[in-house]
Amino acid sequence: MASSGERLFEGADWDFPTLQRIHDACEEIARKELGLDVYPNQIEVITAEQMLDAYSSVGMPLFYKHWSFGKQFAFQEASYRKGLMGLAYEIVINSSPCISYLMEENTATMQTLVIAHAAFGHNHFFKNNYLFKQWTDAEGILDYLEFAKGYIATCEDRHGSEAVERTIDAAHALMSHGVDRYPGKKMLDLRDEEKRAGQRRQHEESVFNDLWRTVPNVKTKTKASLTAERRRALLGLPQENILYFLEKTAPRLAPWQRELIRIVRHIAQYFYPQGQTKVMNEGTATYVHYRIMNRLHQQGRITDGNFLEFLQSHTNVVFQPEFDDRRFSGFNPYALGFAMMQDIERIVSNPEDEDRHWFPDIAGKGDVEGVLREVWANYRDESFISQYLSPALIRRFRMFHLHDDPAESAGILVDAIHDERGYRRVRRELARQYDVGFVDANIEVIDVDLDGDRRLMLRHTTVKDAQLNETDTRRVLQHLADLWSYDVVLTEVDGSDKVLKEYVISPRVAAAAAA
Amino acid sequence: MVMHIVDRRLNPGSKSLENRQRFLRRAKALVQGAVKKSSQDRDIKDVLEGGEVTIPLDGMDEPRFRREGGTRDLVLPGNKKFVEGDYLPRPTQSGAKGSGAGEGDSEDAFRFVLSRDEFVDLFLDDLELPDLAKRKLAETESEGIQRAGYSTSGSPANISISRTVSRALARRVALRRPRKDEIEALEAELAECDDAVRRRELMAQLEALKAKVKRIPFIDPIDIRYRRFETVPKPVAQAVMFCLMDVSGSMSEHMKDLAKRFYMLLYVFLKRRYKHVEIVFVRHTDRAEEVDEDTFFHGPASGGTLVSSALVAMNEIVRTRFRPADWNIYAAQASDGDNMTSDSALTGQLLTNNILPVCQFFAYLEVGEAANYTFDMPDSSLWTLYERLRNEGAPLSMRKVSERGEIFPVFQDLFKRRSQQERVP
Repeated sequence: MASSGERLFEGADWDFPTLQRIHDACEEIARKELGLDVYPNQIEVITAEQMLDAYSSVGMPLFYKHWSFGKQFAFQEASYRKGLMGLAYEIVINSSPCISYLMEENTATMQTLVIAHAAFGHNHFFKNNYLFKQWTDAEGILDYLEFAKGYIATCEDRHGSEAVERTIDAAHALMSHGVDRYPGKKMLDLRDEEKRAGQRRQHEESVFNDLWRTVPNVKTKTKASLTAERRRALLGLPQENILYFLEKTAPRLAPWQRELIRIVRHIAQYFYPQGQTKVMNEGTATYVHYRIMNRLHQQGRITDGNFLEFLQSHTNVVFQPEFDDRRFSGFNPYALGFAMMQDIERIVSNPEDEDRHWFPDIAGKGDVEGVLREVWANYRDESFISQYLSPALIRRFRMFHLHDDPAESAGILVDAIHDERGYRRVRRELARQYDVGFVDANIEVIDVDLDGDRRLMLRHTTVKDAQLNETDTRRVLQHLADLWSYDVVLTEVDGSDKVLKEYVISPRVAAAAAA
Repeated sequence: MVMHIVDRRLNPGSKSLENRQRFLRRAKALVQGAVKKSSQDRDIKDVLEGGEVTIPLDGMDEPRFRREGGTRDLVLPGNKKFVEGDYLPRPTQSGAKGSGAGEGDSEDAFRFVLSRDEFVDLFLDDLELPDLAKRKLAETESEGIQRAGYSTSGSPANISISRTVSRALARRVALRRPRKDEIEALEAELAECDDAVRRRELMAQLEALKAKVKRIPFIDPIDIRYRRFETVPKPVAQAVMFCLMDVSGSMSEHMKDLAKRFYMLLYVFLKRRYKHVEIVFVRHTDRAEEVDEDTFFHGPASGGTLVSSALVAMNEIVRTRFRPADWNIYAAQASDGDNMTSDSALTGQLLTNNILPVCQFFAYLEVGEAANYTFDMPDSSLWTLYERLRNEGAPLSMRKVSERGEIFPVFQDLFKRRSQQERVP
């Protein structure tokens, strides 16, 4: 390991030994000073074209084939070529070993920044945050993707790519409602999943007997119709994970279709924590790279010139346009996350009276790294903001809360601003913007008419009168009906169970014809 | 902790190619429509350069449950003058949110770049020469080479190493050729052995083994195999397209431009889809001449009009170079429809007796002035003549074109892929 004070590199050029030196220097600071605990790192150098490829397969190094990724690619390539969009400096994957992709065009300073940001910041977050621990299996994800890719390719060979495409289209449409939101009995083990899929197939093959086909249909015993209560309990209703429900209970799906749905569901679940921790994840990574870069500069391992180059890109990354700026498109997770991490650092090490009042637990505690590690491990965006957004920061961002009620003719109400009366309300509303409970429509499967025409019943409980977009909803329900193979009914109700709208969609291929 | 660096730059690129192809296949109808639309107002040359197309997102979108409306709560940064309880006027729908409007645009339409090949393929997809019937085995150039197993003789360049080595291995095993490590083991034992009797024994063994190694070569000439190739004749349908263009004085620049555009399209279509199609360019005033491609498209000429001269020239070329028994013959003629009245009889006669009987397909394109509505004009002498022939059952199709934009649809219509029985109207 390079001793302190020795330059890591000169100028902008780098080679693989340089990357190794940079990594080692960052690691020393990350472990000793920040106390980070990371997965082993794997750094992969890629070209701009490969970066575009990675973009279109949701950043994963391998993924199954589907036209929608091609569409993504065509779209991104077009905007990249036009110069509308720059490429990210890196992509990092929540896996063990943790893979970071670095662009070959980056200068040595940028590579240092990116290694500190991704290989230590994001990596630590992936390994320690409770959501990732609960919902993702970093050890197994790459193997599972490999299995998924192979399985889908085999299905295409066996059942035709069109049939596979239809099933995946439908599953993709329901992807946002294919995640478990509450932890179940057991942790997800993707390696095991893969094994079980293999076993299921083997079992089917071993018990296959063509004779069964020739046995005349025996009338099944007519059971006394179940009570509605009992039926719902048997089916595990109400169920908000629609894909799970389809996989387990859809009456006419072929086994391979269930497996495809399962694959899409697992992948949705894998990405579920990422959507809930954008601010925290980027905040952590940005804070970590900022600390590491500053320390490297202090140690004299990067020059003043390199440090200025770093500061320039860092400033670009954490830039927050104001609401009336043309560039404004919501809060920049890097800016908000980084500001909050720095703010916590200030509160812990150098609090004012206000902070002592608002944050008695951490104000003046002194152990910045310890407090931050604690925060990184135990919060998601919504809880993080509602706990740690300080009045000082609300003032600095000059945040205000708008309440837009269409019934109010006077216009949009400024409900709270950055003053003593408004801090708590601003904080609560901002936290709510990041709450998955509010971000995703609350749609549940409530019942199936097993005695009658097997129609599937869903309910959307509206929040703040926001109803579903009709065109899209019809399309999604069409996909759902095709998988279910019988009619699907979606009712929209408000908080007091008043029915606002009802959709009834029939499958495109009538089930009767198939039977 | 160990860190790995992997250089992925040399990995094969375009991992997304397959996804892209799937996308194009799925959006084929839409993309094709867009390609045709975008090619209408472009030069033929530009069309072949590929380019950007825009397709509507309908049918290509991925629906999700989305919510809209209702009361909204927003927290924004950058308050400058608002205090609690202020009411802000609602922004009007159009300028409501700058970003929203921008997104709206890109949501409705989806624009992306097609490569040159993708573009031309889509552009010429579903076009075909009608009635490519008389198939004829062509001469030498249509022989293809194909792998045909292995042989014991051949050129050294064709030695199949894997096959040779595996045969040699099989032979060595079958003949029990001593392995290197056996000999080494004996040698090692010999080096350590002190007992004289044992040493002699070992020496004798070693000697025998070494002799056997010499007798059984590592690779023997009988192991060697060569990859064998065979030539197979490939049937090629021979076809020739005659392009007959009127360049007489009565054709205005606009008409010539239309005609040239039509032929340019035809030329591109044939070059791309049919490797073995010969193209013969004939232009005529009151005399006809066979010219090369460059002169045909770019050379100036003017004079009177005698359509029969072109037909005579074509007939002559067919007679000398393209025996109708061996060739599929096509012709496309472009003219403004004027002809000397005295020439009509001869033209009709040539067509009925000589040209049409040997042609698979004869397309006639009448070009008109931009301002004129061709429908209002009385039919030209040529049009009247051709119409009569067609009604008599000649394989003849006729179209009128007076605007640039009409060329592609007309072309498309003439060469659309049709079922066997269906005739071009």
